Amino acid sequence: MKTILYIVQKEFKQIFRNKGMLPIIFVLPILQLVILSNAATFEIKNIKFSYVDHDKTSFSRELIEKFDASTYFHVIANFPSKKEANAAMAEGEVDVILEIPRYFERDLLKQKNTDISVAINAINGAAAGVENVYINQIVLDFNKKTKVALLTPSNLINAPKDIVTIPSFWYNKTLNYKTFMVPGILVLLVTMITLFLSGMNIVREKEIGTLEQMNVTPIKKYQFIIGKLFPFWILGFVLLTVGLTIGKVVFAVPIIGNLGLIYFYTAFYLLVVLGIGLFISNFTDTQQQAMFISWFFVVIFILMSGLFTPIESMPMWAQYVTEFNPVKYFVQVMRMVMLKGAHFNDILPQLTKTIIYAFIMNGLAVWSYQKTT
Amino acid sequence: MKRFIGFIKKEFYHIFRDKRSLFILFGMPVAQILLFGFAITNEINNVDIAIFDKSNDVTTQEIIHKISASKYFSIKQNITNEADIETVFQKGKVHAVLVFENDFKKNLTKDNSAKVHIITDATDPNTANSITNYISAIIGSYRKEINKDISIEYQIDTKTRMVYNPELKSVFMFVPGVMTIILMLVSAMMTSISITREKELGTMEVLLVSPLKPFQVIVGKVIPYIFLSIINAIVIVLLSIFVFEMPIQGSLFLLALESVFFIITSLSLGILISTISATQQTAMMISLMGLMLPTILLSGFIFPISSMPFPLQVISNIIPAKWFILILKGIMLKGVGLFFIWKETLILIGMTLFFIALSVKKYKIRLE
Amino acid sequence: MKNNNVIEVENLTKKFGDFTAVNSISFEVKKGEIFGFLGANGAGKTTAMKMLIGIGKPTSGKAQVADFDVLTHPEEIKKNIGYMSQKFALYDDLTVKENITFFGGIYGLSRAKIKEKRSELVAELGLGDILNELVGSLPLGWKQKLSFSIALLHDPIIVFLDEPTGGVDPITRRQFWEMIYKSSNNGTTIFVTTHYMDEAEYCDRVSIMVDGKIEALDTPKNLKKKYEAENMNEVFLKLARG
Repeated sequence: MKTILYIVQKEFKQIFRNKGMLPIIFVLPILQLVILSNAATFEIKNIKFSYVDHDKTSFSRELIEKFDASTYFHVIANFPSKKEANAAMAEGEVDVILEIPRYFERDLLKQKNTDISVAINAINGAAAGVENVYINQIVLDFNKKTKVALLTPSNLINAPKDIVTIPSFWYNKTLNYKTFMVPGILVLLVTMITLFLSGMNIVREKEIGTLEQMNVTPIKKYQFIIGKLFPFWILGFVLLTVGLTIGKVVFAVPIIGNLGLIYFYTAFYLLVVLGIGLFISNFTDTQQQAMFISWFFVVIFILMSGLFTPIESMPMWAQYVTEFNPVKYFVQVMRMVMLKGAHFNDILPQLTKTIIYAFIMNGLAVWSYQKTT
Repeated sequence: MKRFIGFIKKEFYHIFRDKRSLFILFGMPVAQILLFGFAITNEINNVDIAIFDKSNDVTTQEIIHKISASKYFSIKQNITNEADIETVFQKGKVHAVLVFENDFKKNLTKDNSAKVHIITDATDPNTANSITNYISAIIGSYRKEINKDISIEYQIDTKTRMVYNPELKSVFMFVPGVMTIILMLVSAMMTSISITREKELGTMEVLLVSPLKPFQVIVGKVIPYIFLSIINAIVIVLLSIFVFEMPIQGSLFLLALESVFFIITSLSLGILISTISATQQTAMMISLMGLMLPTILLSGFIFPISSMPFPLQVISNIIPAKWFILILKGIMLKGVGLFFIWKETLILIGMTLFFIALSVKKYKIRLE
Repeated sequence: MKNNNVIEVENLTKKFGDFTAVNSISFEVKKGEIFGFLGANGAGKTTAMKMLIGIGKPTSGKAQVADFDVLTHPEEIKKNIGYMSQKFALYDDLTVKENITFFGGIYGLSRAKIKEKRSELVAELGLGDILNELVGSLPLGWKQKLSFSIALLHDPIIVFLDEPTGGVDPITRRQFWEMIYKSSNNGTTIFVTTHYMDEAEYCDRVSIMVDGKIEALDTPKNLKKKYEAENMNEVFLKLARG
């Protein structure tokens, strides 16, 4: 026990003395959290909108104004011809072109049906789909208004049946994307930093030769490993706390659930991450390699964690693979507890899986660490 | 000159003998492309929803049937009381609950109007939005059906054309992004760590004292990574073309040229980072936290720049990756020539010169 | 200790795939000896030593250190030995005092004992001024002496030194060997590897390894007579040429 304390003491001293790393460990993540949470959004806003108006009547102007008034679109330009508009899209200056045909107003007033055409830059397929929906909504709205204005009472007898859909957004009325992303990004940062630092730390001792020195001492494997990893376990909590504080203070992310539950879960989650870091360091000889392999796994874990894209959208084989992804569980727990106020029973499945994972991972790591080769 | 070649050979040996890192260098792009191509998407598929049908009549059944037949939704369970809604959300079982009001069919026939509540778990606002939109669309099409005998007048029809990507394939969005990230990773991060490693081990001094000029040392260190980056770029493009059927609309030659420019930009960044890092750990951390993360998040790779708050949009301009992604999208997907992307190209070249100048300055300061 | 041997090695072998680094070597080291384990670079010295200090598993053969078998009880051996690595493995970002405290603690010394040892070292080596300096900022000679002293903190029966004088000036080397003598006089057995043949003269007995085998094992005086050499350097050259 005392031996472990000696190692822990040494590790902390080394961490705090590393003047170059300290700001990186603390300042950069904070910066990242703030910047990223602001950047990470799939909301569609300020879409570069342009139009070609062949009609130039009050009707067409009214339609265009509806787009102008919408927060989704930012009316940038007005082109005299389709050709010029297309060139602008090719240059990346506009992403939507609305073309209103001649006689738009005339045809509509004569009770005829009429067409308008829209071109959308669909490189981002998903965004294009959403933009299409918004455009259709605006046109539909405009259409409804004109119909109401134009319909005479006699027409009303045969009025169409309407099914009204009323959306209700729970837990996040304002559809604040940050509320969704901040807990997730917090997970990302805590995971990345803890993993990289713990993995590289042991390899570093390998590189400078002090690991060999340690192996010649009578110190037991478990003492060494616990002593080495404990400071990073604590570091994980510190990062979590800093992150939660920023989340609350800067982003006003609600913390509905029990904070204690979050910390309780994190204690086990960190064990998994540290185990992975240790495991990787047992198989690498240089810091470069350790970093590389860690990076490889982190990227895959994060992409498949449901942090940025939902797991339910993945094909079945991918969803199965995510069962082995500890980050997925952390993301779920964070969101469930913080934003929905889930209780201990609700997160029991994730907690159990994480604990099992921690056992297996650390078991593997300790077993593969050899004082004698 | 022979010395120089010998030095470059040594650098190649270093890299190719490090089998583990090599595996990652080549495996990573492939893994990422495959992941993005097959697993990562925002599209909703088989989303679990619950139904709370207060009416339970023919009409509601027809609507529910339509929804369950759609590939977007999977009806997980039926709720019978109000309190259950909160429960299913908290347990994370469903993403949405559809509530049909009492006397649905009666209201529709008598008042020509009936209500459906679409309650979504909006902790994920994106999915909530998508679910709401899709369900509204399905209900909208049902509405059209029951109204088809009533003549439609004063109708404006929107004809939409999806430009550059008619099938809305997500490949188009991420291939330029992944390519940019990989090139940046290999060129900037690896280079900075490699140079810093020599500094840390002390062998850098040996090199500097040798007859090799400092400029040759740096170039020699950097050449293998150029080589690796080019191979990576080719692999990514080939994968995209053959596995994901993404066409390359523009000139391959221009694509290659611009890629080389960007590789050089990344390299110059890597060199700059190495001049301010004393240890590999520092170089890695700066590359990772100071370069990679902002690049991934602010370059327009995953999240659209136009949706970000204004200050971030401004910052995104100093990220080289943003400009290269625009160039890639232009060449690969829009099929444009140099005429359309000269501005971005110039910016990249400018950044490169700036980084190099800064590195030289820092290097000279250290020597004094 | 039975029959006064601190180290007993019998047909010890280490193979890496097809390559035999240590080829069936046999020797003993008596208590209190200064034993020089010599050989050119790549002869197998370090590999052999790694087995003796319990961080390398023998492929075949037997070895006992401090009455414990290297294959079955490496951890027991570690309690009784000290080790100074080629790289003087100390923590550059910890102070002299902190390094002493740390290694003392790892070897299970009580706080009081550590304090006592520390004062001893301060007196012996004149560490007073540099006690709170980071080891990384010390010149090589200081690191060397400190590394040796730390290896002795827990009063081991035998201390293993791997090329302890690499890169150090002749005066410092001389001072270092005086430290070794002092230690030996106190009853500690010294097992030192080196490729400086002149240091061989300082040892009680030496063995010379060539290509994994021990080609000579005797006192320096006897070896010089046997090979008709004026100094150990000549002995080695004659041996190495085969």
